[in-house]
Amino acid sequence: MYALRLFAVRHARFFERFYGFFEATYVAAAPLVRRIGANRLERPVAAVERTVKGTLFDCRMCGACILSSTGMSCPMNCPKQMRNGPCGGVRLNGHCEVRPEMKCVWVQAYEGSRRMAGGDAILERQPPVDRSKEGCSSWLGVLRDKGLVHREPAA
Amino acid sequence: MRAGRAGLPDTSRPPPAGYSSHGRLERVLRSGRFAVTSELNPPDSADPAEVYDRALVLSEVCDAINAVDASAANVHMSSMGICALLSHAGYASVLQVACRDKNRIAIQGDILGASAMGVMNVLCLTGDGVQCGDQPGAKPVFDLDSISLLQTVRTMRDESRFLTGRKLSVPPRMFIGAAANPFVPPLAYRADHLGKKVAAGAEFIQTQYVYDLDIFERFMARVRDLGLDRKCFILAGVGPLASARTARWMRANVPGVHVPDALIDRLEKAGPPKAAKAEGKAICVELIQRLREMKGVKGVHVMAYRQEEFVSEIITASGVLQGRRGRARALPAAPA
Ligand code: SF4
Repeated sequence: MYALRLFAVRHARFFERFYGFFEATYVAAAPLVRRIGANRLERPVAAVERTVKGTLFDCRMCGACILSSTGMSCPMNCPKQMRNGPCGGVRLNGHCEVRPEMKCVWVQAYEGSRRMAGGDAILERQPPVDRSKEGCSSWLGVLRDKGLVHREPAA
Repeated sequence: MRAGRAGLPDTSRPPPAGYSSHGRLERVLRSGRFAVTSELNPPDSADPAEVYDRALVLSEVCDAINAVDASAANVHMSSMGICALLSHAGYASVLQVACRDKNRIAIQGDILGASAMGVMNVLCLTGDGVQCGDQPGAKPVFDLDSISLLQTVRTMRDESRFLTGRKLSVPPRMFIGAAANPFVPPLAYRADHLGKKVAAGAEFIQTQYVYDLDIFERFMARVRDLGLDRKCFILAGVGPLASARTARWMRANVPGVHVPDALIDRLEKAGPPKAAKAEGKAICVELIQRLREMKGVKGVHVMAYRQEEFVSEIITASGVLQGRRGRARALPAAPA
Protein backbone atom coordinates (compact mmCIF):
# COMPACT_ATOMS: atom_id res chain seq x y z
CA MET A 1 0.00 0.00 0.00
CA TYR A 2 1.39 3.38 -1.08
CA ALA A 3 0.72 5.17 2.24
CA LEU A 4 2.32 2.37 4.27
CA ARG A 5 5.24 2.30 1.89
CA LEU A 6 5.91 6.00 2.58
CA PHE A 7 5.44 5.31 6.31
CA ALA A 8 8.08 2.56 6.18
CA VAL A 9 10.59 4.95 4.63
CA ARG A 10 9.84 7.60 7.28
CA HIS A 11 10.50 4.97 9.92
CA ALA A 12 13.39 3.31 8.12
CA ARG A 13 15.49 3.36 11.30
CA PHE A 14 12.90 1.30 13.18
CA PHE A 15 12.41 -1.14 10.33
CA GLU A 16 16.15 -1.55 9.96
CA ARG A 17 16.43 -2.60 13.61
CA PHE A 18 13.37 -4.78 13.43
CA TYR A 19 14.66 -6.49 10.29
CA GLY A 20 18.01 -7.17 11.91
CA PHE A 21 16.23 -8.83 14.80
CA PHE A 22 13.91 -10.74 12.52
CA GLU A 23 16.74 -12.00 10.33
CA ALA A 24 18.63 -13.22 13.39
CA THR A 25 15.49 -15.11 14.43
CA TYR A 26 14.96 -16.97 11.20
CA VAL A 27 18.66 -17.67 10.82
CA ALA A 28 18.44 -19.26 14.28
CA ALA A 29 15.51 -21.31 13.03
CA ALA A 30 17.61 -22.74 10.19
CA PRO A 31 17.93 -26.22 11.77
CA LEU A 32 14.15 -26.46 11.96
CA VAL A 33 13.82 -25.33 8.35
CA ARG A 34 16.39 -27.95 7.39
CA ARG A 35 14.45 -30.65 9.18
CA ILE A 36 11.15 -29.83 7.49
CA GLY A 37 12.89 -29.14 4.16
CA ALA A 38 13.31 -25.66 2.66
CA ASN A 39 11.67 -26.75 -0.58
CA ARG A 40 8.54 -27.91 1.20
CA LEU A 41 8.43 -24.60 3.08
CA GLU A 42 8.93 -22.51 -0.04
CA ARG A 43 5.26 -22.00 -0.91
CA PRO A 44 3.85 -21.24 2.57
CA VAL A 45 6.81 -19.03 3.52
CA ALA A 46 6.64 -17.17 0.21
CA ALA A 47 2.89 -16.62 0.79
CA VAL A 48 3.53 -15.12 4.24
CA GLU A 49 6.39 -13.02 2.93
CA ARG A 50 4.26 -11.75 0.06
CA THR A 51 1.46 -10.72 2.42
CA VAL A 52 3.61 -9.05 5.06
CA LYS A 53 6.10 -7.30 2.80
CA GLY A 54 3.44 -6.63 0.17
CA THR A 55 1.37 -4.70 2.71
CA LEU A 56 4.27 -2.82 4.25
CA PHE A 57 6.56 -2.12 1.31
CA ASP A 58 4.52 -2.94 -1.81
CA CYS A 59 7.01 -5.82 -2.19
CA ARG A 60 7.06 -7.37 -5.66
CA MET A 61 8.70 -10.66 -4.61
CA CYS A 62 11.79 -10.28 -6.78
CA GLY A 63 13.36 -13.03 -4.69
CA ALA A 64 16.49 -10.99 -3.94
CA CYS A 65 15.44 -8.51 -1.27
CA ILE A 66 17.70 -5.47 -0.84
CA LEU A 67 15.37 -3.27 1.25
CA SER A 68 18.07 -2.70 3.86
CA SER A 69 20.30 -1.18 1.15
CA THR A 70 17.54 1.00 -0.28
CA GLY A 71 16.27 2.93 2.73
CA MET A 72 13.34 0.49 3.05
CA SER A 73 11.94 1.69 -0.29
CA CYS A 74 11.35 -1.31 -2.58
CA PRO A 75 13.23 -0.67 -5.86
CA MET A 76 10.95 -3.01 -7.79
CA ASN A 77 8.23 -0.35 -7.51
CA CYS A 78 10.38 1.81 -9.75
CA PRO A 79 8.86 1.55 -13.25
CA LYS A 80 12.41 1.07 -14.60
CA GLN A 81 13.26 -1.44 -11.85
CA MET A 82 16.39 0.54 -11.00
CA ARG A 83 18.31 -1.42 -8.36
CA ASN A 84 21.29 0.91 -8.11
CA GLY A 85 19.95 4.41 -7.67
CA PRO A 86 17.72 7.01 -9.28
CA CYS A 87 17.40 7.47 -13.04
CA GLY A 88 18.06 10.85 -14.62
CA GLY A 89 14.40 11.59 -15.21
CA VAL A 90 13.23 12.32 -11.66
CA ARG A 91 10.89 15.33 -11.64
CA LEU A 92 11.92 18.53 -9.87
CA ASN A 93 9.23 17.90 -7.23
CA GLY A 94 10.83 14.51 -6.48
CA HIS A 95 8.13 12.54 -8.24
CA CYS A 96 8.61 9.75 -10.76
CA GLU A 97 9.27 10.44 -14.42
CA VAL A 98 7.06 7.57 -15.56
CA ARG A 99 4.30 7.79 -12.93
CA PRO A 100 4.00 11.45 -11.96
CA GLU A 101 1.48 10.75 -9.16
CA MET A 102 4.05 8.62 -7.28
CA LYS A 103 7.08 9.84 -5.35
CA CYS A 104 10.30 8.56 -6.96
CA VAL A 105 11.22 5.31 -5.26
CA TRP A 106 14.88 6.38 -5.16
CA VAL A 107 14.25 9.85 -3.77
CA GLN A 108 12.47 7.94 -1.01
CA ALA A 109 15.28 5.41 -0.78
CA TYR A 110 17.84 8.16 -0.30
CA GLU A 111 15.76 9.81 2.44
CA GLY A 112 15.22 6.48 4.17
CA SER A 113 18.90 5.60 3.97
CA ARG A 114 19.84 8.85 5.74
CA ARG A 115 17.74 7.72 8.72
CA MET A 116 19.38 4.31 8.96
CA ALA A 117 22.52 3.32 10.83
CA GLY A 118 23.72 1.27 7.87
CA GLY A 119 22.36 3.75 5.33
CA ASP A 120 25.58 3.88 3.33
CA ALA A 121 24.70 0.43 2.02
CA ILE A 122 22.89 2.46 -0.66
CA LEU A 123 26.34 2.83 -2.25
CA GLU A 124 26.78 -0.91 -2.66
CA ARG A 125 26.58 -2.03 -6.27
CA GLN A 126 23.77 -4.48 -6.93
CA PRO A 127 24.19 -7.17 -9.59
CA PRO A 128 21.49 -7.82 -12.19
CA VAL A 129 18.47 -9.55 -10.64
CA ASP A 130 18.16 -13.28 -11.22
CA ARG A 131 14.69 -13.25 -12.80
CA SER A 132 14.32 -17.00 -12.30
CA LYS A 133 13.98 -16.34 -8.54
CA GLU A 134 10.91 -14.11 -9.02
CA GLY A 135 8.13 -15.16 -6.62
CA CYS A 136 10.53 -17.09 -4.36
CA SER A 137 10.98 -16.30 -0.69
CA SER A 138 14.01 -14.12 -0.07
CA TRP A 139 14.03 -15.21 3.59
CA LEU A 140 14.68 -18.78 2.53
CA GLY A 141 17.03 -17.31 -0.06
CA VAL A 142 19.12 -15.79 2.73
CA LEU A 143 19.37 -19.20 4.44
CA ARG A 144 20.38 -20.76 1.13
CA ASP A 145 22.98 -18.05 0.48
CA LYS A 146 24.42 -18.53 3.94
CA GLY A 147 24.68 -22.25 3.17
CA LEU A 148 22.37 -23.06 6.10
CA VAL A 149 19.87 -25.01 4.01
CA HIS A 150 19.96 -26.83 0.68
CA ARG A 151 20.68 -24.38 -2.17
CA GLU A 152 18.16 -25.27 -4.85
CA PRO A 153 14.76 -23.56 -4.50
CA ALA A 154 11.62 -25.53 -5.31
CA ALA A 155 10.87 -25.53 -9.01
CA MET B 1 45.08 2.03 -36.46
CA ARG B 2 45.52 -0.99 -38.68
CA ALA B 3 42.55 -1.78 -40.88
CA GLY B 4 40.95 -5.14 -40.20
CA ARG B 5 38.96 -7.29 -42.54
CA ALA B 6 36.22 -5.66 -44.63
CA GLY B 7 37.89 -2.26 -44.20
CA LEU B 8 36.80 -1.94 -40.58
CA PRO B 9 39.22 -0.80 -37.88
CA ASP B 10 40.92 -3.78 -36.26
CA THR B 11 40.04 -3.99 -32.59
CA SER B 12 41.17 -7.55 -31.99
CA ARG B 13 44.62 -6.60 -30.68
CA PRO B 14 44.94 -5.36 -27.08
CA PRO B 15 45.17 -1.57 -26.76
CA PRO B 16 48.41 0.08 -25.55
CA ALA B 17 49.19 -0.19 -21.84
CA GLY B 18 47.04 2.13 -19.76
CA TYR B 19 44.34 2.30 -22.42
CA SER B 20 41.00 0.52 -22.67
CA SER B 21 40.47 1.10 -26.37
CA HIS B 22 42.18 2.07 -29.60
CA GLY B 23 39.86 5.03 -29.94
CA ARG B 24 40.52 8.67 -30.53
CA LEU B 25 38.27 9.91 -27.71
CA GLU B 26 40.20 8.05 -25.06
CA ARG B 27 43.52 9.16 -26.56
CA VAL B 28 42.51 12.83 -26.56
CA LEU B 29 41.21 12.67 -22.99
CA ARG B 30 44.19 10.80 -21.55
CA SER B 31 46.57 13.24 -23.20
CA GLY B 32 44.90 16.07 -21.27
CA ARG B 33 43.32 17.84 -24.22
CA PHE B 34 39.82 19.28 -24.01
CA ALA B 35 37.55 16.83 -25.82
CA VAL B 36 34.43 17.50 -27.87
CA THR B 37 31.72 14.97 -28.61
CA SER B 38 28.33 15.46 -30.17
CA GLU B 39 25.29 13.41 -30.98
CA LEU B 40 23.93 12.54 -34.36
CA ASN B 41 20.19 12.88 -34.66
CA PRO B 42 19.12 9.52 -36.06
CA PRO B 43 17.12 9.56 -39.29
CA ASP B 44 13.66 8.12 -39.81
CA SER B 45 14.93 6.49 -42.94
CA ALA B 46 16.81 3.48 -44.25
CA ASP B 47 19.07 5.68 -46.35
CA PRO B 48 22.71 5.71 -45.18
CA ALA B 49 23.24 9.05 -46.91
CA GLU B 50 21.17 10.75 -44.22
CA VAL B 51 23.58 9.45 -41.59
CA TYR B 52 26.65 10.45 -43.57
CA ASP B 53 25.38 13.96 -44.28
CA ARG B 54 24.93 14.58 -40.58
CA ALA B 55 28.19 12.89 -39.61
CA LEU B 56 30.14 15.03 -42.03
CA VAL B 57 29.15 18.34 -40.42
CA LEU B 58 29.76 17.01 -36.90
CA SER B 59 33.08 15.35 -37.63
CA GLU B 60 34.77 18.70 -38.27
CA VAL B 61 34.85 19.46 -34.57
CA CYS B 62 34.20 16.18 -32.73
CA ASP B 63 36.47 13.53 -31.26
CA ALA B 64 33.62 11.04 -31.38
CA ILE B 65 30.01 11.04 -32.53
CA ASN B 66 27.30 9.56 -30.29
CA ALA B 67 24.68 7.47 -32.04
CA VAL B 68 21.64 7.81 -29.79
CA ASP B 69 19.55 4.77 -28.93
CA ALA B 70 15.92 5.83 -29.38
CA SER B 71 16.40 8.81 -27.06
CA ALA B 72 13.24 9.99 -25.33
CA ALA B 73 11.85 6.60 -26.37
CA ASN B 74 11.18 7.73 -29.93
CA VAL B 75 11.94 5.15 -32.57
CA HIS B 76 14.53 6.05 -35.23
CA MET B 77 17.41 4.25 -36.95
CA SER B 78 19.19 2.20 -34.28
CA SER B 79 22.43 3.12 -32.57
CA MET B 80 23.96 -0.16 -33.81
CA GLY B 81 23.03 0.63 -37.41
CA ILE B 82 24.41 4.15 -37.24
CA CYS B 83 27.63 2.99 -35.55
CA ALA B 84 28.11 0.34 -38.25
CA LEU B 85 27.77 2.98 -40.97
CA LEU B 86 30.08 5.40 -39.16
CA SER B 87 32.66 2.70 -38.57
CA HIS B 88 32.65 1.74 -42.24
CA ALA B 89 33.38 5.32 -43.21
CA GLY B 90 36.14 5.64 -40.61
CA TYR B 91 34.36 7.89 -38.10
CA ALA B 92 34.83 7.45 -34.36
CA SER B 93 31.46 6.67 -32.83
CA VAL B 94 29.93 6.12 -29.41
CA LEU B 95 27.44 3.27 -29.23
CA GLN B 96 24.59 4.17 -26.88
CA VAL B 97 22.89 1.28 -25.13
CA ALA B 98 19.62 1.87 -23.27
CA CYS B 99 18.34 -0.82 -20.92
CA ARG B 100 14.78 0.07 -21.87
CA ASP B 101 14.62 -1.98 -25.05
CA LYS B 102 16.92 -4.98 -24.61
CA ASN B 103 17.59 -7.68 -22.09
CA ARG B 104 21.04 -8.92 -21.06
CA ILE B 105 21.16 -11.47 -23.88
CA ALA B 106 20.65 -8.88 -26.60
CA ILE B 107 22.92 -6.33 -24.94
CA GLN B 108 25.93 -8.60 -24.51
CA GLY B 109 25.59 -9.73 -28.11
CA ASP B 110 25.45 -6.12 -29.30
CA ILE B 111 28.58 -5.21 -27.36
CA LEU B 112 30.52 -7.93 -29.15
CA GLY B 113 29.05 -7.02 -32.51
CA ALA B 114 29.82 -3.33 -32.08
CA SER B 115 33.39 -3.96 -31.00
CA ALA B 116 33.89 -6.30 -33.96
CA MET B 117 32.77 -3.48 -36.24
CA GLY B 118 35.38 -1.17 -34.80
CA VAL B 119 33.17 0.84 -32.44
CA MET B 120 35.49 1.91 -29.64
CA ASN B 121 33.23 3.72 -27.20
CA VAL B 122 30.04 2.71 -25.45
CA LEU B 123 27.67 4.83 -23.36
CA CYS B 124 25.67 2.81 -20.84
CA LEU B 125 22.23 4.25 -20.15
CA THR B 126 19.06 3.25 -18.37
CA GLY B 127 16.91 5.02 -20.95
CA ASP B 128 13.83 7.22 -20.75
CA GLY B 129 10.52 5.58 -19.96
CA VAL B 130 8.41 4.45 -22.95
CA GLN B 131 5.63 6.81 -21.84
CA CYS B 132 7.47 9.87 -23.15
CA GLY B 133 8.05 8.59 -26.68
CA ASP B 134 6.04 7.83 -29.77
CA GLN B 135 5.40 4.16 -28.88
CA PRO B 136 3.83 4.36 -25.40
CA GLY B 137 2.30 0.90 -25.84
CA ALA B 138 5.72 -0.79 -26.02
CA LYS B 139 6.84 -3.25 -23.38
CA PRO B 140 9.56 -1.65 -21.24
CA VAL B 141 12.37 -4.16 -20.68
CA PHE B 142 14.72 -2.75 -18.01
CA ASP B 143 16.32 -6.13 -17.34
CA LEU B 144 19.53 -4.33 -16.30
CA ASP B 145 19.99 -0.78 -15.03
CA SER B 146 22.76 1.61 -16.05
CA ILE B 147 25.06 0.44 -13.27
CA SER B 148 24.60 -3.29 -13.78
CA LEU B 149 25.04 -2.60 -17.51
CA LEU B 150 28.35 -0.84 -16.82
CA GLN B 151 29.47 -3.80 -14.74
CA THR B 152 28.42 -6.18 -17.49
CA VAL B 153 30.45 -4.39 -20.16
CA ARG B 154 33.47 -4.10 -17.88
CA THR B 155 33.27 -7.80 -17.01
CA MET B 156 33.22 -8.67 -20.70
CA ARG B 157 36.15 -6.38 -21.45
CA ASP B 158 38.41 -6.93 -18.47
CA GLU B 159 37.62 -10.52 -17.57
CA SER B 160 36.95 -11.70 -21.09
CA ARG B 161 33.72 -13.46 -20.15
CA PHE B 162 29.96 -13.10 -20.30
CA LEU B 163 27.94 -12.40 -17.13
CA THR B 164 27.46 -16.10 -16.58
CA GLY B 165 31.18 -16.82 -16.80
CA ARG B 166 31.35 -18.27 -20.30
CA LYS B 167 34.68 -17.29 -21.89
CA LEU B 168 35.19 -14.91 -24.81
CA SER B 169 38.05 -15.64 -27.19
CA VAL B 170 38.56 -11.92 -27.89
CA PRO B 171 37.01 -9.37 -25.51
CA PRO B 172 35.40 -6.11 -26.65
CA ARG B 173 37.95 -3.29 -26.42
CA MET B 174 35.82 -0.34 -25.55
CA PHE B 175 36.15 2.89 -23.63
CA ILE B 176 33.19 2.78 -21.24
CA GLY B 177 30.97 5.77 -20.53
CA ALA B 178 27.90 6.68 -18.53
CA ALA B 179 25.53 9.61 -18.21
CA ALA B 180 24.97 11.82 -15.18
CA ASN B 181 22.20 14.22 -14.34
CA PRO B 182 23.26 16.62 -11.58
CA PHE B 183 20.07 18.70 -11.85
CA VAL B 184 17.28 16.47 -10.55
CA PRO B 185 16.50 15.14 -7.06
CA PRO B 186 17.98 13.85 -4.88
CA LEU B 187 20.54 16.61 -5.58
CA ALA B 188 22.67 15.82 -2.54
CA TYR B 189 23.11 12.24 -3.72
CA ARG B 190 23.93 12.86 -7.37
CA ALA B 191 27.73 13.02 -7.05
CA ASP B 192 27.76 9.89 -4.89
CA HIS B 193 25.66 8.18 -7.52
CA LEU B 194 28.27 9.17 -10.09
CA GLY B 195 30.85 7.54 -7.81
CA LYS B 196 28.86 4.34 -8.00
CA LYS B 197 28.94 4.50 -11.79
CA VAL B 198 32.69 5.05 -11.76
CA ALA B 199 33.14 2.10 -9.42
CA ALA B 200 31.02 0.04 -11.81
CA GLY B 201 33.33 0.82 -14.72
CA ALA B 202 32.53 4.26 -16.16
CA GLU B 203 35.66 5.93 -17.53
CA PHE B 204 34.00 8.90 -19.22
CA ILE B 205 30.82 10.75 -18.32
CA GLN B 206 28.53 12.77 -20.56
CA THR B 207 26.19 14.89 -18.47
CA GLN B 208 22.66 16.09 -19.04
CA TYR B 209 22.40 19.63 -20.50
CA VAL B 210 24.10 22.11 -18.19
CA TYR B 211 22.07 25.33 -18.13
CA ASP B 212 22.33 26.01 -14.42
CA LEU B 213 25.97 26.64 -13.57
CA ASP B 214 25.33 27.12 -9.85
CA ILE B 215 23.88 23.65 -9.38
CA PHE B 216 26.58 22.21 -11.61
CA GLU B 217 29.38 23.90 -9.67
CA ARG B 218 28.00 22.52 -6.39
CA PHE B 219 27.85 19.07 -7.96
CA MET B 220 31.41 19.37 -9.26
CA ALA B 221 32.65 20.50 -5.84
CA ARG B 222 31.31 17.28 -4.35
CA VAL B 223 32.72 15.29 -7.31
CA ARG B 224 36.15 16.77 -6.57
CA ASP B 225 35.79 16.06 -2.83
CA LEU B 226 35.14 12.44 -3.70
CA GLY B 227 38.17 12.47 -6.01
CA LEU B 228 36.00 11.38 -8.94
CA ASP B 229 37.40 14.00 -11.31
CA ARG B 230 40.67 12.05 -11.19
CA LYS B 231 38.98 8.69 -11.81
CA CYS B 232 36.87 9.58 -14.83
CA PHE B 233 36.68 12.16 -17.60
CA ILE B 234 33.66 14.42 -17.29
CA LEU B 235 32.22 15.93 -20.46
CA ALA B 236 29.59 18.55 -19.67
CA GLY B 237 26.43 18.41 -21.80
CA VAL B 238 25.57 21.60 -23.67
CA GLY B 239 23.23 22.61 -26.47
CA PRO B 240 21.78 25.72 -28.11
CA LEU B 241 18.21 26.63 -27.20
CA ALA B 242 16.35 27.68 -30.34
CA SER B 243 13.80 29.91 -28.59
CA ALA B 244 12.07 30.58 -25.30
CA ARG B 245 9.25 28.35 -26.50
CA THR B 246 11.49 25.35 -27.20
CA ALA B 247 13.19 25.86 -23.84
CA ARG B 248 9.82 25.74 -22.07
CA TRP B 249 8.76 22.74 -24.11
CA MET B 250 11.95 20.85 -23.29
CA ARG B 251 11.61 21.65 -19.63
CA ALA B 252 8.07 20.31 -19.59
CA ASN B 253 8.44 17.31 -21.88
CA VAL B 254 11.99 15.97 -21.96
CA PRO B 255 12.67 14.00 -18.76
CA GLY B 256 15.48 15.39 -16.63
CA VAL B 257 16.08 18.70 -18.41
CA HIS B 258 16.31 21.74 -16.18
CA VAL B 259 16.37 25.24 -17.75
CA PRO B 260 16.44 28.16 -15.29
CA ASP B 261 13.95 31.01 -15.77
CA ALA B 262 16.76 33.53 -16.18
CA LEU B 263 17.86 31.87 -19.43
CA ILE B 264 14.32 31.71 -20.75
CA ASP B 265 13.91 35.43 -19.99
CA ARG B 266 17.10 36.16 -21.89
CA LEU B 267 15.80 34.33 -24.95
CA GLU B 268 12.45 36.08 -24.67
CA LYS B 269 14.09 39.52 -24.51
CA ALA B 270 16.17 38.74 -27.59
CA GLY B 271 13.02 39.31 -29.67
CA PRO B 272 12.15 37.80 -33.07
CA PRO B 273 12.95 34.12 -33.88
CA LYS B 274 16.17 34.89 -35.73
CA ALA B 275 17.56 37.04 -32.94
CA ALA B 276 16.45 34.47 -30.34
CA LYS B 277 18.26 31.74 -32.21
CA ALA B 278 21.45 33.81 -32.29
CA GLU B 279 21.05 34.49 -28.58
CA GLY B 280 20.61 30.75 -27.96
CA LYS B 281 23.89 30.08 -29.70
CA ALA B 282 25.63 32.89 -27.82
CA ILE B 283 24.42 31.44 -24.51
CA CYS B 284 25.77 28.04 -25.53
CA VAL B 285 29.18 29.50 -26.41
CA GLU B 286 29.31 31.31 -23.06
CA LEU B 287 28.39 28.14 -21.19
CA ILE B 288 31.14 26.17 -22.96
CA GLN B 289 33.70 28.84 -22.07
CA ARG B 290 32.63 28.87 -18.41
CA LEU B 291 32.61 25.08 -18.25
CA ARG B 292 36.07 24.88 -19.72
CA GLU B 293 37.37 26.89 -16.77
CA MET B 294 35.70 24.62 -14.24
CA LYS B 295 38.04 22.26 -12.45
CA GLY B 296 37.35 18.64 -13.29
CA VAL B 297 35.55 19.30 -16.60
CA LYS B 298 37.52 17.59 -19.37
CA GLY B 299 35.35 18.28 -22.36
CA VAL B 300 31.90 19.09 -23.68
CA HIS B 301 29.19 16.96 -25.22
CA VAL B 302 27.11 19.03 -27.64
CA MET B 303 23.52 17.97 -28.08
CA ALA B 304 21.97 20.11 -30.78
CA TYR B 305 18.63 18.55 -31.53
CA ARG B 306 17.93 19.09 -35.25
CA GLN B 307 20.61 21.81 -35.30
CA GLU B 308 23.74 19.82 -36.22
CA GLU B 309 24.78 22.50 -38.64
CA PHE B 310 25.42 24.85 -35.69
CA VAL B 311 27.69 22.53 -33.72
CA SER B 312 30.79 23.38 -35.68
CA GLU B 313 30.04 27.11 -35.52
CA ILE B 314 29.48 26.99 -31.75
CA ILE B 315 32.60 24.97 -30.99
CA THR B 316 34.72 27.19 -33.23
CA ALA B 317 33.33 30.34 -31.61
CA SER B 318 34.04 28.95 -28.15
CA GLY B 319 37.72 28.54 -28.99
CA VAL B 320 38.06 25.25 -27.10
CA LEU B 321 39.80 23.53 -29.99
CA GLN B 322 42.39 26.25 -30.51
CA GLY B 323 45.82 24.78 -30.85
CA ARG B 324 44.55 21.48 -32.18
CA ARG B 325 45.50 20.68 -35.73
CA GLY B 326 43.64 19.02 -38.55
CA ARG B 327 40.00 18.77 -39.44
CA ALA B 328 37.77 15.72 -39.64
CA ARG B 329 38.59 15.02 -36.03
CA ALA B 330 36.19 12.16 -35.60
CA LEU B 331 38.24 10.18 -38.09
CA PRO B 332 40.11 7.63 -35.98
CA ALA B 333 42.92 7.39 -38.52
CA ALA B 334 43.84 11.07 -38.16
CA PRO B 335 46.87 11.76 -35.96
CA ALA B 336 45.72 13.02 -32.55
S1 SF4 C 1 11.91 8.63 -11.38
FE1 SF4 C 1 12.52 7.25 -9.72
S2 SF4 C 1 10.87 5.75 -9.57
FE2 SF4 C 1 10.60 6.79 -11.51
S3 SF4 C 1 11.67 5.55 -13.02
FE3 SF4 C 1 13.18 7.04 -12.31
S4 SF4 C 1 14.23 6.08 -10.59
FE4 SF4 C 1 12.37 4.91 -10.98
